[in-house]
Amino acid sequence: MKAVVHVELKPGVLDPQGKAIAHALNGLGFEDVSGARVGKVITLDLGDADAANAEQRVAEMCEKLLANTVIERYRVEIEG
Amino acid sequence: MKSAVIVFPGSNCDRDAHDALALMTGSAPSMVWHRETDLPAGLDLIMVPGGFSYGDYLRSGAIAGRSPVMREVAKAAEGGTPVLGVCNGFQVLTETGLLPGALLRNAGLNFVCKIADLDVANSQTRFTAAYSGPARIGIPVAHHDGNYFADEETLDRLEGEGQVAFRYAEDINGSARRIAGVMNERGNVLGMMPHPERAVDPVLGGADGRAVFESLMGAA
Repeated sequence: MKAVVHVELKPGVLDPQGKAIAHALNGLGFEDVSGARVGKVITLDLGDADAANAEQRVAEMCEKLLANTVIERYRVEIEG
Repeated sequence: MKSAVIVFPGSNCDRDAHDALALMTGSAPSMVWHRETDLPAGLDLIMVPGGFSYGDYLRSGAIAGRSPVMREVAKAAEGGTPVLGVCNGFQVLTETGLLPGALLRNAGLNFVCKIADLDVANSQTRFTAAYSGPARIGIPVAHHDGNYFADEETLDRLEGEGQVAFRYAEDINGSARRIAGVMNERGNVLGMMPHPERAVDPVLGGADGRAVFESLMGAA
């Protein structure tokens, strides 16, 4: 079983990297890009066969280490 | 004064911290490796130094913040021992929850490396008492993730309670309210991006950091 964890900065937290990317895309002629946000994807290999239990464990991992909830939010997908 | 410096894989200001503490306090600090589960007894100061602990993987200070020794540092802080986190050490202390807020990538995206002008925002603390009032001082900075962030409510509380110890004289990294150093509510934990340990000898470009250590010795 795999868990895919998406971590991104909360709305309202400045993302200078995203801003630079949006600016560079505009420079390449993609004027329709009005913003960009950069996040992380962390894929975990899990031994657990129970998806509900795995989801709870991974949420705990996010709270304890994978995300800093002062500035970030996260989303977990469990893949069979 | 009895002090200790925490050393993580990737710390690179630990020896500066060692030399500054030896010079200022007259006795060499204990160097404590990140895997230790005990701290020396009777410490008057624990310093969490700058660098790139664990390669700054995941987030600056994130992995170091969960290392065995930091559990002991947290316990000591709860018991009232003064803890000073500088640069990466500041990031580690926010990651452990010993200090509020977080350090984001600098707003300008550049690594900022220079002597920064700071204002001593509160000179009534155990870390700043040796500064005479609201002084303007020059302390070196060298960081990529020094952009202090906290929600507005937290920032108001920090300012209201006098927990802001240092402020940048001008914006250098996007920090909320130009905060360069903050303390916990109890006032025994200080995190700051500028490096006072690099400013203890005029030969090295300035001695404005000496008062941080003099303050701590006065309080010890």
